Order: sequence, then C-alpha cells, then structure tokens
Amino acid sequence: MSVTKDDVRRIAALARIAEPADRLDALTDELNGILKWVEQLDEVDVGGVEPMTTAAPTVLPRRSDDVTDGGIRDDILKNAPKSEEGFFVVPKSVE
Amino acid sequence: MTDFSALSLTDVLAGLEAKDFTAVELAEATVSAAEAAQPALNAFTVIDGARAVDMARASDARRAKGEAGVLDGAPIAIKDLFAVKGVTTTASSNILKGFEPTYESSVTQNLWDAGAVFFAKTSMDEFAMGSSNETANTGPVINPWRAEGSDENLVPGGSSGGSASALAAGISYGATGTDTGGSIRQPAAFTGLVGVKPTYGRCSRWGVVAFASSLDHPGPFAKTVKDSALLTQVMASHDPKDSTSYPGEVPNWVEAVGKSVKGLKIGVPKEYRMDGMPGEIETLWSKGAEWLRAAGAEVVDISLPMTKYALPAYYIIAPAEASSNLARYDGMRYGARVEGEDLIDTYEKTRAAGFGKEVQRRILIGTYVLSAGYYDAYYLKALKVRRKILEDFERAFAQVDAILTPTTPSAAFGIGSKAKADPIEMYLNDIFTVTANIAGVPAMSVPAGLDASGLPLGLQVITKALDEATMFTVAGAIEDAAGFKAKPKRWW
Repeated sequence: MSVTKDDVRRIAALARIAEPADRLDALTDELNGILKWVEQLDEVDVGGVEPMTTAAPTVLPRRSDDVTDGGIRDDILKNAPKSEEGFFVVPKSVE
Repeated sequence: MTDFSALSLTDVLAGLEAKDFTAVELAEATVSAAEAAQPALNAFTVIDGARAVDMARASDARRAKGEAGVLDGAPIAIKDLFAVKGVTTTASSNILKGFEPTYESSVTQNLWDAGAVFFAKTSMDEFAMGSSNETANTGPVINPWRAEGSDENLVPGGSSGGSASALAAGISYGATGTDTGGSIRQPAAFTGLVGVKPTYGRCSRWGVVAFASSLDHPGPFAKTVKDSALLTQVMASHDPKDSTSYPGEVPNWVEAVGKSVKGLKIGVPKEYRMDGMPGEIETLWSKGAEWLRAAGAEVVDISLPMTKYALPAYYIIAPAEASSNLARYDGMRYGARVEGEDLIDTYEKTRAAGFGKEVQRRILIGTYVLSAGYYDAYYLKALKVRRKILEDFERAFAQVDAILTPTTPSAAFGIGSKAKADPIEMYLNDIFTVTANIAGVPAMSVPAGLDASGLPLGLQVITKALDEATMFTVAGAIEDAAGFKAKPKRWW
C-alpha cells in the first residue's frame, strides 16, 4: 500500500496538524518509504497468534474507590496558555 | 583538591561517608563542571545551582545525624522527560516550552528519597524520538568522545543523549534516561557508559512524558556496573500511580554484581550478525563470548528468527501509541498555543508549530496505521508479530540464562552525517536494542572496548523478565574481563 499527497493531507487533518504544504511532496515520499519497509511484516505467518498489547505480565490492578487527589485548581491551571477566574480560556467550541 | 570528574558513584558515596569532602563541595564542583561544559557539549536544558546546593546542604545535615540514604549527596542528572517539581520540563520540544510541573515523577522522587541531589535536566531527542540527539529544540548534543586525531563533533546517540554526554564528560555520578527502542543502551554504547533498561514495569512511568506507553522504560546511566545496579535498585519500585508497574519486591541487585558466571549458559543469537556490520564489532562480540567462557560460563549458539521483524513492528507500534499519547498537546490546558480562526484551526496551528519534523512524521505514520481500513493490515499485524518476538525470547530462555549481542551496529557517527539520508537509516541504529523493548525483557549495555579510531563500543546482555540479577552478574563479568578504563580526552 502507498499513500498519495491527498492521503497525507487527510492524515494530517486527522492528526490535527496544519497541512504541511511546503513539505507535502517530501513527506509523501518519506511515509511511503517507511510503509514499504514495514510491509516486510507480510512475510510473517501470524495465523492463530493473539495480538500482544503489553509486556506487563500482570492483569490491570484495581484500587479501592477512594478520593486520593484534588483541591489543586491552581496547580492545574498553572501551565495554562490562558486562564481567567479559575477557568481555562479556550476558543469557542460550541456554537 | 579531589578530581571529582574521575570518581564513580560508589567512590563519591565512600568519599562523603569518609568526610573527604561534603555534599555541598561536590554539588558546587558538579554545577561548575556543567556550566563550563555547556557551551561545547550542549548537554543540559536546565542547570540549577541554587537547588543543587540547597539539596546538598540538607544531605550534609542528614549525614551528620547518621541518617544518610543510599545515594545521599550524589548529584544525578535527570533527562528532560522526567517531571521535576518546579523545574522546567519540556521533552526538548517547543510545544512544552516553559512547562513547569507541579508534581514529581515517581522515579525522581525515589532518587530524592534516597538522598540524591538534583542539579540539571539533560537534553534529548524531541519526545524521545531519535537515535542521535539532533532533534532537541535546543540544538544537537555533542559527544565528549572524538575519533583519534579528529576534531569532528560526534553524536552521543539518543534519545537520552544529554544524560550520556554529561556523564561521559565526568559531570554527575549517574543519570536517568528512558528507553523505548534503545534510547538508554545505544547512547551508553556511544559514550563508553553502562546503560540499563530494566524489565517493563520495574521503574514507574508516572510523571515521565509519554512516548509509546507499552514500550517506554525508565532506567539509569552509570560509570560502572555496580553503580548501575545501585541506581536501578533505587529507581525501581511498585507505584500504584502506574497501572503497569510491577507489584513485586525489588531485589538487591548490587549483590549480584561480582558473582561468578560459572555454570551460566549464555546464548549468542546468529541473527544479530548483520550485513555491513564493521568487523571490529563482530570481533568484540566474539571476545565477549570468550571472556564469559573463560570465567566459567557455557556459551551456546541460539536462534531468534523474528529479530529482523522487530524494528518494522516497532515503527508501527511506537508511532501508533505516540499519535495517541501526543494528542493531548492541543494548546488548551498547558504548553504552547498558536491562536487560529477557530478551535480546530488553533489545534492545527499549535501542533504544526510546536512539534518538530520527526515528531510530526511519527504522528502521521501512527495516525495512518490506526485509521479505518488500515488498522488490521498494519497495527494488528504488528501486535501479532510482537507476540512472536516475545515467543522467540521465551524459547531462548528455556535454554539459556542470558543472551549476549553487540549493542549497536556502529560506533558514534558525525553530527549531521545522516541528515540527508532516509529516516530508516537512522532507525537502523536500534536494530539490536529494540527487540528487548518489544518483549519487555531486561537488557543493558556494558562498555567493552574501543574501535580502531578510539571510539567506545558496547556489548548487550539480555535476560528473561524480572531476572535483572543474572543480567548484572553477566555484565559485571564482562566489565571485569574487558577492563575498560578509557575516558574521552578533554577538549571542551
């Protein structure tokens, strides 16, 4: 499989990265190079193999349903690009 | 006055205990050395002399009261991926420029609880994506090692290149790194250091900026195998804040160093013999096997047939996880924001301006392999290959106690020398290290010799999950036999 310039535009939109207009040709070539290289995995017979999502040998732990954190509003807002009166300030997201 | 730069972690801890010098003197010398080296090596993103002296003063007070911890008074450099409360933490990325965490990573907390002294954050490839430390937003880090008779600047390896460069230059007595595909072991090999990637889950990922969560392993750099065992022991712990943290006890790994390898079975995998690999790496590898044989181990040939598929599988899995992890950088709650016409435009402009070229490339690959219609062909397939790679190791460890390989297919290369090449050429640096990330098994690099131009080369020891003890024993035997004492000639 390979990607076209239009595909790269679409992927960039999905990834919420502004269209890399000046690098579109180079990026398309680079992505195709990488995709072609990873396709060597097609040589491997993976019939009946369970996908492996983690190397952690244990099952996900559960903890008691206690409140262990909170009351740190100022800490949370400390690195906000914009905040006012204890709130994050963001561009309008609901019409 | 003591030449602090030549001392190991064990040496400085003994010197502090013997009152040869104080933690404050050591901290001041370390900060001066860091400041003096910074214009040439560019290894640090932050040098904080005031905090270092404060922490050192507290350490001296603890020692005077007989309450010193196991690392008390030792300056340790921290990769810029670890959150240190109140110290700018950026993952060497513009998107986190000025980010000042209000919390502490679990690994650094463990270090401070043992008495270690903070003095600097070290530069890295942006978001830990790279093998040369050339993609940091603060510019490339320089390796203190140079080829004999040459003044060409070399890369320290990556992504934890700042930590490696600093420690190799004799600044600091240990350093933290993270290893997602080789980012501790490869720079350790390039700079003549010991670098450890413990079993997945041994060191908590909490407070470490995420790259690929199922592959990210915090671990230490050290000057000796014993130092590395001590640092790993302190950094490792069960952490309820990381759901993949291993809940079992942390053994005493320092005791494993110096034990005999007599009776151990060491596997040499034939698939690690690559076309185009320099002959001297092959020779060093045989020498390593010979050293272990002479020390009483049995060396046998083994096969890890899936080895060649590890790197392609990694370049699907790691970008997929990264594209998901890095979705959080949207310019809303923290980090840089570039205002656009509306919300989406703001996201897009923020991320285009904040992420560097390599990071964007990997986010795009990750987004593609996870997108509708391609998920099964790429991502699911890679996860299945991942299990087959793990099964390779499981079969091997039914026969042998440890596996010996070269750490890297080459010595350190020149700054910019791969700039025009295909990205895959850079990726191939991790060809011998990435398998252990995929399988989650412990692996470490030990400096074992110099190449013909006087640059360090490393050997890698891999053991089964949770058996770091055997790994440290075997690495210790290699260290003893190799007698690697070389240091970079000071030019900076």
